This record gives sequence, C-alpha cells and structure tokens, in this order.
Amino acid sequence: MLKPDELQLKLTAPGAATDLTGRSANLGDRIFKSVTLLFAVGVIAIVALMIIEMARNSTPAFHKFGFSFLVSSIWDPVQERFGALPFIYGTMVSSLLALIISLPLSIGTAIYLAEQAPAGLRALVSFLVELLAAIPSVAYGLWGIFVLAPFLRQHVEPALSSTLGFLPLFRGPTHGIDMFAGGLILAIMITPIISAVSRDVLMAVPQSQREAALALGATRWEATRVALSYARSGILGAVILGLGRALGETMAVTMVIGNRPETSLSLFDPSHTMASVIANEFTEATSDLYRSALIEIGLLLFVVTIIVQAIARLLVWRVSRGLKEESA
Amino acid sequence: MSIDRSFAYRKIIDRLMLGLTTICALLAVALLLIILGYIAVRGFSALNLDFFTQLPKPIGEPGSGIGNAIVGTLILIGLACLFGLPIGIFSGIYLAEFGTGRFGTALRFLTDVLTGVPSIVTGIFAYTLIVLPMRRFSAIAGGVALAVIMIPVVTRVTEEMMRLVPRSLREAALALGAPQWRAITGVVVRSAIGGIATGVMLAIARIAGETAPLLFTALGNRFWPRSLDEPIASMTVQIFNYATGPYEEWHRQAWAGTFVLVTMILIINVAVRLLTRSRHGTAG
Repeated sequence: MLKPDELQLKLTAPGAATDLTGRSANLGDRIFKSVTLLFAVGVIAIVALMIIEMARNSTPAFHKFGFSFLVSSIWDPVQERFGALPFIYGTMVSSLLALIISLPLSIGTAIYLAEQAPAGLRALVSFLVELLAAIPSVAYGLWGIFVLAPFLRQHVEPALSSTLGFLPLFRGPTHGIDMFAGGLILAIMITPIISAVSRDVLMAVPQSQREAALALGATRWEATRVALSYARSGILGAVILGLGRALGETMAVTMVIGNRPETSLSLFDPSHTMASVIANEFTEATSDLYRSALIEIGLLLFVVTIIVQAIARLLVWRVSRGLKEESA
Repeated sequence: MSIDRSFAYRKIIDRLMLGLTTICALLAVALLLIILGYIAVRGFSALNLDFFTQLPKPIGEPGSGIGNAIVGTLILIGLACLFGLPIGIFSGIYLAEFGTGRFGTALRFLTDVLTGVPSIVTGIFAYTLIVLPMRRFSAIAGGVALAVIMIPVVTRVTEEMMRLVPRSLREAALALGAPQWRAITGVVVRSAIGGIATGVMLAIARIAGETAPLLFTALGNRFWPRSLDEPIASMTVQIFNYATGPYEEWHRQAWAGTFVLVTMILIINVAVRLLTRSRHGTAG
C-alpha cells in the first residue's frame, strides 16, 4: 500500500496521474500548485522590494554622509546636516530600560501561569495578559500622555530624584514626558509577548524534570528553578523577541518621550528614538536629502529588528522543538 | 538542628518566590484593567451620537464627530483585505500543502521576518512604493501598508489551520478519486475555513489599531472619503492628532475615539477566543 506521501507524489508527478485520475486532473493540480506558488512568491517579493526600495531611496543620504551618519549627533534640517546618533542612542536606552522593567514582571507572570495557576484560572489570566498586546499603540500613547506622565511627574520622579539623585540617571527637572516614561510604557507593551512565549516554553518542559526534583526533596520553587534552567535559552529567545518589539514600537513612545534629539544621561530628559523621529518628521521632510536621511534611519531600524527577531525565533524554535521531540 | 533550619529557610524562600510570581501575574492583569478602565470612563463620558455621524468641526462649535474617520478606517481595512487576503491565504495553502522543501523553509522564515518588521517601516515602504510614484497621499497607499502587516499573520494562521485538518479526510477524498487540488480546496480548505476566518478577524483587529503606517500614506482628511486616490481619515491618526493637540475638547474626543476603537478590537478578540475555545481546547 502507498503511504500518503507517496500517493501525493504519484498524483503530482507528471504522467503518474494519468494512471490514477486522468490527464485533466493532473493539469488542474499543476495549475493549482502554480497559483499558490505565485502568491507565495508574492510574500518573498514584498520582503525583497522592501529592502530594495528603502536602499534606493536612502542613497542620497548615504552618499552625502557615509558612515559618519551613524556617529554624528548633529540633526539640523535647516542646514541639511544629518546624523542619527541621538536616535540610535534613544532607541537603545529606551528598549533597554523597557527590558529591565519588564523582565521580572513578565518572567514572574510566566512562572505563575506555567507552574502555579489552577487550570481554570490559567486560561483566563493568560488571555487577559495577552489582551495587553491587543490594545493599540495609540491608546497606550493617549494613556501615557494624560495618566502616566502626570503621575510620574508628580509622584514617581520626584521620589526617585530625592532618593537616587546621586546617580546621573535620575538628575534634573522632572517633566513626566521623557525617556523614563518612554521606557515604562514600552515595558508594559512588551510584557504580554515575553510572558506568553516564556509560558509556552516553560510548559513544554517535560513534567519528569520537575517530578525528579520533587522526588529528591526539592520544594516547589526549587523544582521550578530546575524547569527554568531547562528552558533558559527559550526564555532568552522570548526576551529578545520582546526587545525586537520594543525597538520598533512607534506611536506610544513618540507620544510620551518628548521628541528632542539629545543624548543625555538623565532619564528625566526628553529624548527621541529612531521610530519616533520618522513618525514626527516624515511629512515635514520637504527636501529629498532630509527624506532620504529619515528613510536611511528606517532601513537601519529594519535591519536591526530583523537580526534581533531572527536570533529570537531561532532560540525559541530550537528549544520548543527539541523539548517536544524529547517528551514525545 | 541545622538541617531543620535550612529546611525552614528553604520553605520560606519557596513561599516568598511563589508569592512574588503570583503578584507579578496580578500586576499584569491590574495594568490591563487600569488602562481599560481609564479608556472606558474618560471615553464613554465624551461620547454622543454626533460623534459617530458628524465631521470634525472647528474648536468651540458643538456637535463635532469623527464619522469620516470611522468610515475611513473601514475603507482602509477593506482595501487591506483586498490586497492582503489573496496573498496571505494562498501562500498559507502553499506552505501547508507543498511547503516541505528548502523553498518552504525559506518562505516560512521570510513570513516570520515580515511579522517582525516595525509598522513604521511598513509605512515607509508603502510611501516609496505608492505615494512617490503617484505623487500624492492616498487611501490605496494606506491599504497597501496595512496589507503588508496583515499578510504574514494570515499566511501563518492559514497554514496552521490546514495542518490541523486530519490526514484521513484528505486521504478519503483522494481515495474517492478526487484530484489533489479538489481534495485541497473542497475538503481541507473547507474544513479549515472557520479557523482561517477567526485568524483573519484577529488580523483585522490588529490593523484597525495601527497608526504609524498610515501617518504618511493615508495621511488624514477633514472630509468624508470621496475617492481612493485621495488622502483619507482614519480613527487612529485622528486620535493621535487630537491627543497631541493643544485643546481640551480635542483631548476629550481622543478619549472617545479610543474608546470606540478599543471596544471594537476587544469585541473581536473576545469573540475569537470564545469561538476557538469551543472548537479545539486552548488554541488561540
């Protein structure tokens, strides 16, 4: 008897179908496969076009500034001198800040969901946490401007600067609309993705790992730590996935970060990110050079997020596949 | 004695850490409820009938609305589906049925890449591809930008849903003498269509809330949509402009618009959740 795969091979192989179903069916199969292939190639074409179009449109800026674009901190549209350093710095610091804040919260949530929550509650809490990812970016921004920023300005930032003010991070007047607010809102936005992926990775850890630890007399927390160390590269992947999200996030950050192209050590100073400068200035960019400088920032952001995402997906894939095969 | 103490210590650490993880989960849920609560309270109080049916009016004039932006968002979603669904669904079918080789792996990887592209970059792409050659901002450019965001989501969900269809169904069709393409379209796709539809709904909920890709493609418009090659208003861009503007009245409208938008998106998410749970366990 033919296995299903062999049967399919027979049906799709030219000539073979004549024996089984007649020539017209073979033609239909070939047409159908070609049509689906055509659309699939469309996906590849989009990615290719995206890179080509952005590279083409950013060449004026690249020719003019070369690699000094990456290290210059002068952003002067009037004089047409452009350097992306303040934005690269802002994106890096805000994303890093978001990771630091979100990490304990989302890993803790993942542990609760995977290791502790009763079955009925697990589905509900998982769903609610994932709903955080469904709220549009602009809604986070609105909440950030009118609720989070005033709260930070009046309560959190004065407290931080009076207790930790000896650090350069927490110096200066408190605005509420600053790097700190940007990092905080990003932290909330990446929490659902980090916690959902970490939860899935943790739940893929074979139960025998925990049972072995418990049988040796470990407490539940110690058994959880065994599971955590078993799943660590997958959790790392989840965190990097969150980082990728934070790097490219635009609207909410634009609305709360203050949009000033400066590199300041203090988190209480207004700042700018790669995504936010594009969102803010693209429609105002009247000259070709100005626009091409913004597109070059976009290309840079594209390349960085792709690399980060690829690393993350490789980690998560490898772990969850490996775990599934072992437990099967 | 020392063993007892270390056991007690380990017990305390156990309780402490497990308690902390519970607090983390509570905090995450609390954040959701706080944000939704603000949107509900501030948004609902600013709502009235004019808000849904009228055009934006100058500051001080009563009866201002975002009717054009609501229609605009629906048109943009329609365009995105028109451009994005065929590519998304057919490439998903390709991946599920023929995507075993190296090409399939590459395609799957590129689909994931596309999922991770920041939405502002998608906006730049649509700008260079559509706005520059057409020399004007347009609804079409906005629809293309949203379609690019939608495609990878639809592709992956189509593939996954088709893979869930039992092999025996496909084999039964083939055994009855159906050619492969009839078995796929008539049996596999038809069995998976419910799952694909819910995936498409989630994709729509996602693009309905996108702002960044519309800023310099669809741009915005103060009037009712008339033609697809003109700038068009959308709820998200309107909310952004109102929220960052100087007037108290605009801020009220931004909250109201957000309330309408978030309500729409949440309804889709909850409905999809209920539908998929009754069909197959914990998926979705």
